[in-house]
Amino acid sequence: MSEVFISGIVVFVLAAFVGMEVISKVPPTLHTPLMSGANAISGITIVGALAGASYLGEGAAAKVLVFLAITTATINVVGGFLVTDRMLEMFKKKPVKRDG
Amino acid sequence: MVELLYMAAASLFIFGLKMLGSPRTARRGNMFAAAGMFLAIIVTLVNEEMLSWGMIVAGMVVGGAIGAVLALRVKMTAMPELVAAFNGFGGAASALVALAELDRNGAELPVEIAAVVAASLAVGSVTFSGSFIAFGKLQGALPGRPVALPGQHMINAVLAAAIIGLAVWGAAVGVVAPYWIIVAVALVLGVFGVLPIGGADMPVVISLLNSLSGVAASMAGFIIGNSALIIGGALVGAAGFILTVQMGEAMNRTLANVLFSGFGSAVAGAGELSDKPVNRATADDVAIALGYADSVIVVPGYGLAVAQAQHATRDLGLALEDKGVTVDYSIHPVAGRMPGHMNVLLAEADVPYEQLLDLDQSNPRFPQTDVVVIVGANDVVNPSARDDADSVIYGMPILEVDLARTVIVIKRSLSPGFAGIDNPLFYNENTMMFFSDGKAAMEDILKSVKSL
Repeated sequence: MSEVFISGIVVFVLAAFVGMEVISKVPPTLHTPLMSGANAISGITIVGALAGASYLGEGAAAKVLVFLAITTATINVVGGFLVTDRMLEMFKKKPVKRDG
Repeated sequence: MVELLYMAAASLFIFGLKMLGSPRTARRGNMFAAAGMFLAIIVTLVNEEMLSWGMIVAGMVVGGAIGAVLALRVKMTAMPELVAAFNGFGGAASALVALAELDRNGAELPVEIAAVVAASLAVGSVTFSGSFIAFGKLQGALPGRPVALPGQHMINAVLAAAIIGLAVWGAAVGVVAPYWIIVAVALVLGVFGVLPIGGADMPVVISLLNSLSGVAASMAGFIIGNSALIIGGALVGAAGFILTVQMGEAMNRTLANVLFSGFGSAVAGAGELSDKPVNRATADDVAIALGYADSVIVVPGYGLAVAQAQHATRDLGLALEDKGVTVDYSIHPVAGRMPGHMNVLLAEADVPYEQLLDLDQSNPRFPQTDVVVIVGANDVVNPSARDDADSVIYGMPILEVDLARTVIVIKRSLSPGFAGIDNPLFYNENTMMFFSDGKAAMEDILKSVKSL
């Protein structure tokens, strides 16, 4: 097993522990925004998709795959962060309109 | 240097998630995470060589437009569907990254890389198809009840074993074919895995799919040796996992039970329901009970979302507060179709989050509460979970609304909830049943309260 791979495992395990620690105290009110925000973060796979767009040869299959990867990952990232922001905007304290 | 910048991006993710944990900082937290993503993308674009810019711009414009339109147009009641869809796109992206790498490098890989390629393909594909089945169920295009073939668990076990077998074949022989078959089998497994799970178990399923989308991203990170992907994916995997466990606990059920039991497939026939009399109430009866109470707690459920009754409920709450009544809202962890679903709807309706009580805060308060109003919730307030050891939901933590002085249930009919069982609460002496659509009911009651 390559050293890069082993250090990858170390990073993975540590990050998982950090994730557990950071998230276990979130109040239920924020569960939905937390989930959609986390979902947007999982769009980090866009980095893999973009890296895939380097040294693309002539193969049509690779081009289609990379294009689809970039597109789906961007939907995930842009949509995820935007919708989370939209939700959280509603959560901020604001004077309640009393219309009657 | 590049590694350090990826590390910075990952740190922004961690800070962002941490800040998402408190209402005061949550919005900034989301922006931190988005900034981390922006940084990671810029670093990649600057660092990689021979990029096909046309394709990158095209993919990001198309994906960005789709994502933005979906995010800005979605109704808050449809949030569970949208989160499911985004999970699916994330899973698909990770599987596609793995396929692209396979296409570029060929299949003669070191065994550990072969393993993560297979894992990324399998998890990403299951997440993709499973999420879109969940989407269909939530959105109503597919039946919400459990749907299963005979021997479904056996079939799924065989499919899972086949994926492992194919992965071994791929690693041993070094050809591309088994990897493509893994994608096909995993897509089928995602469909078969989610179809047998009923609508009310969706909070668990969405959390789990969320977790899997993170795991898939992390596996893709191992393939291309990128720590930002590994860390980001692991964080999401952990977050989704914690929510999955919490949702399971809120139903007193193990993950295995949620995934495999086909819970909710028992449809109670009319004959099984009690024919005991209920106290029918009119809008005026309800208004009098509410208007002259000191304290009222509203318990919303999935029915509130279906009826789009969040604004009408808020209006009634404000009218009662004007009359000097204390109004709070009790939210069961699995009310609705995803974790926190009800909180989002009430936030949309401008209900301050200080008025939203969770399970532990609510139960001590019911005995001192004059009136509890239940809008579209059923199983989460069913006293059988506490009193009847034979009940299928026995042991599930419930909101003990029956301890309040008066309980008002707004419901379209006496039909059972998702668990398919009768609810003794409806027949209690201190319970009033107001048979109506949630939104219309709130509007009628509001009118009556105003004329008190």
